[in-house]
Amino acid sequence: MKKTLLAALVALGPLCAETIIIQNATVMTVGSKGTFKGSVVVKDGKIAEVGEKVMVPQGATVIDAGGQYLIPGIIDCHSHIAGDGGINEGSVSVSSMVNIRDIINPDDIAIYRALAGGVTTANILHGSANAIGGQTLPLKMRWGKSAQEMIFAGATPGIKFALGENPKRSGNPQGGRGGTTVPVARYPATRMGVEDVIREAFNDAKVYKAEWDAYDAQVARGEHPLAPRVDLKLQALKEVLENKRYVHVHCYRADEILMMIRVADDVGFKVRTFQHVLEGYKVAKEIAAHGAGASTFSDWWAYKIEAIDAIPFNATLMMRKGIVVSLNSDDAELMRHLNSEAGKAMKYGGSTETEALAMVTLNPAKQLGIDKTVGSIEVGKDADLVLYDSFPLSDFAKVQKVLIDGTVYFDRDKELVAQAAKDAEKKRLIDKEKASQPRTQPVRRPNQ
Amino acid sequence: MAEVPSTVAIRNAKIVTVSGPVIAKGTVIVRGGLIEAVGENVPVPADAWVVDGEGMTVYPGLIDGLSTVGIAGAAPAAAAAGGGRGGRGVAATPATPAAPAAPAAPAERSMGPEDRPQTTSWLLAADEIQAGDRRVETVRGAGITTAVTFPTRGIFGGQGSIIDLVSGEKAAEMILVPAAGQYIAFGRGGGFGGGGGGGGFPISLMGIIAYVRQVYLDADHYRLVKEAYAKDPRGMQRPEYDRALEGVLASKRILLPANRLAEIDRMLRFGAELKQPMILYGARDAYLPEAADLLKKANATVLLSLKWPTPPARLPDEEDTDTLRVLEERDKAPTAPAVLQKAGVKYALYSDGLDAPRDFQRAVKKAIDNGLSREDALRALTLSPAEIYGVADRVGSIEKGKIANLVLTKGDIFDDRTTVVMVFVDGKKYTPAETAAPGGRGAAADDPGPGGNR
Repeated sequence: MKKTLLAALVALGPLCAETIIIQNATVMTVGSKGTFKGSVVVKDGKIAEVGEKVMVPQGATVIDAGGQYLIPGIIDCHSHIAGDGGINEGSVSVSSMVNIRDIINPDDIAIYRALAGGVTTANILHGSANAIGGQTLPLKMRWGKSAQEMIFAGATPGIKFALGENPKRSGNPQGGRGGTTVPVARYPATRMGVEDVIREAFNDAKVYKAEWDAYDAQVARGEHPLAPRVDLKLQALKEVLENKRYVHVHCYRADEILMMIRVADDVGFKVRTFQHVLEGYKVAKEIAAHGAGASTFSDWWAYKIEAIDAIPFNATLMMRKGIVVSLNSDDAELMRHLNSEAGKAMKYGGSTETEALAMVTLNPAKQLGIDKTVGSIEVGKDADLVLYDSFPLSDFAKVQKVLIDGTVYFDRDKELVAQAAKDAEKKRLIDKEKASQPRTQPVRRPNQ
Repeated sequence: MAEVPSTVAIRNAKIVTVSGPVIAKGTVIVRGGLIEAVGENVPVPADAWVVDGEGMTVYPGLIDGLSTVGIAGAAPAAAAAGGGRGGRGVAATPATPAAPAAPAAPAERSMGPEDRPQTTSWLLAADEIQAGDRRVETVRGAGITTAVTFPTRGIFGGQGSIIDLVSGEKAAEMILVPAAGQYIAFGRGGGFGGGGGGGGFPISLMGIIAYVRQVYLDADHYRLVKEAYAKDPRGMQRPEYDRALEGVLASKRILLPANRLAEIDRMLRFGAELKQPMILYGARDAYLPEAADLLKKANATVLLSLKWPTPPARLPDEEDTDTLRVLEERDKAPTAPAVLQKAGVKYALYSDGLDAPRDFQRAVKKAIDNGLSREDALRALTLSPAEIYGVADRVGSIEKGKIANLVLTKGDIFDDRTTVVMVFVDGKKYTPAETAAPGGRGAAADDPGPGGNR
């Protein structure tokens, strides 16, 4: 009995995880313990102890974080990094057969850069070219691991929907994408059409679900019927109907947000998050009533007509109406300083420190349904932690260390040292190449 | 061109049999296109045309495990170069009328998997082979006598065929095995002429993967429904004939592209999901211990491209902006064969469009310079590809009863200054027009000539 228990414990812990104590830090837990000066103990990849006075466990690695700040790992609810071969299957209006899981690129340097910006988990979304887009999932930024090892275990997968200008191919009335020279129209070309596409897709999905439900019932009765055809496109929507897949909806305007809520209510599913949702402050009550979260930008707008009527108070206003609000990046660069994005929610709207920090930690965790294991510094949660040299909601804060599951994946000091060695190795390889094969030099052609 | 003495005796030559020990000095008898005998003390038949092999080495004919030779208009490269790219250039010159030609009309725009975009899975290379393809002669100059040649357009290109590189009147003479497996490429769709892409589904890698997955799910379902119908058609709607699925079901193995470590990992998982015996082709990152480890654990079969990565052409004043990872890859890629060999992974080398004998030989030599033994290099181009395609009982080594595919060289077959003196395919003798030697002397000078019994 004891043996099996021990084996189970060993199996559970990540390989390199050791016992670590981070001492003398200002710990911003975004959890029940609030903010205090003290220690956090990490054991077997989990947070084992949190408090002002904590005994140093035997054999623990001590990190003295005097003058530094410790926060939960940052979670980005909207990212497009770490994908191979395009994140937009923009050829069709319903592309729910495609799955980000199939094209995770663990070599994408944006993962490491996000990690160096304190991000430990990111929701990797399909693009917004389709009314119903592809299947999505959250990853942990375990840089150096394989694609499968980056997947956030146990997280509910998602699917991307999109409303407005992108799915109706605004600015590209032919609807053609992917370098074709042949003008080809793609339905829909209006917002009415976007709604229709979503409704029609779910009509099909319901027929498909009924077929499978009948089959499953027959099998349960011990019969041996011929299984229906598996349709990957409808299968994903069937999972939405069964609450097994979260719907993340790209949107901007108030009217389309209300449309989406009506459609979801009619069809019988819940929108998990509205993404971008720049006019969310206008319909915050309705969003809250539906139970959806909102994941928005701090102050990024006006890049197209539908993104005009935005205000920096959006995040805080929606939060005050009872919506779980997060701030996301949608961008590999913005992703590296989500901490200061959160800081803007304090300036605009007057969120407290904890409320602002929650917008990039606990709230996105709630939106992704992973708040039982990440999002705040609580005993028993994954040891996903970020150590900053100064107040983390400031532009001047620099990330010192990032831990995921108790393993240090980014260490600023070590990185600075390693950089020199990498540069030297690079130079060596370039020189070796130059020496071994004189390059064929292309002819410089005049510009045409 | 081919000489056709029905019986040939090559004597006094060093014979590298591959399947057995090297014979320092021996004789090979070829009769009726087959190897009649091989050994140290084999009597020369009275009717034989005798080749004095003094100072020469006889090897089994080389086998190129992934090629497009014999298929007119096909891109020379077999489409594994470059991450994620597939049979790109192929689209530019449609080779056969089977696929709709460019430009695609709006009506042809694929709206989903049901439209079977960029799919010609039912094609057989054997039906596309053109007897007069000049590339047959070119690649034979490197000692390649057998090629597994594939239609490479689109996503499901069709089934490859194993062919012997004889120059004959009829393509049918070349066919060894008509159906050798389905070729799948992840070329970016959406272009015109890519087998009916027309900007339609799929245009992303995840779209292509989803499509391939759906096709295999459909094939599985199609088979079940067809079986049920065959058993008792009464009261059952007949399943609609689907040539794309017929082509997939007729393929006994699939070839999937994978170059980077992440792609190798991805395709090993994907292939397992498709429940078909698979071959990974490309495998540029196989030099990484992690990659070799993954391949070994999955008991994978690999076709390793001989087209080693090279630096991109740059202007003289242009800086090298490649990442450390890319630089490492270029440095280490040619060690991949040695790494796979050591790890015990089942693999073969393939030309990947290196048609010119000199380029091909240099590429193999580079692998040898990077740790692969000469014996292993030879095996990876003879018996190993024969085993991978299940034809080791007829080609791949010098053994009694096997097809008389032989290469006669002066010098080691993969050396820089080796001369390929003669090539036998199906017992027919060919003299390479050009040798592989850099700055090469013409092989004709070494040609003993017909009846040259010296």
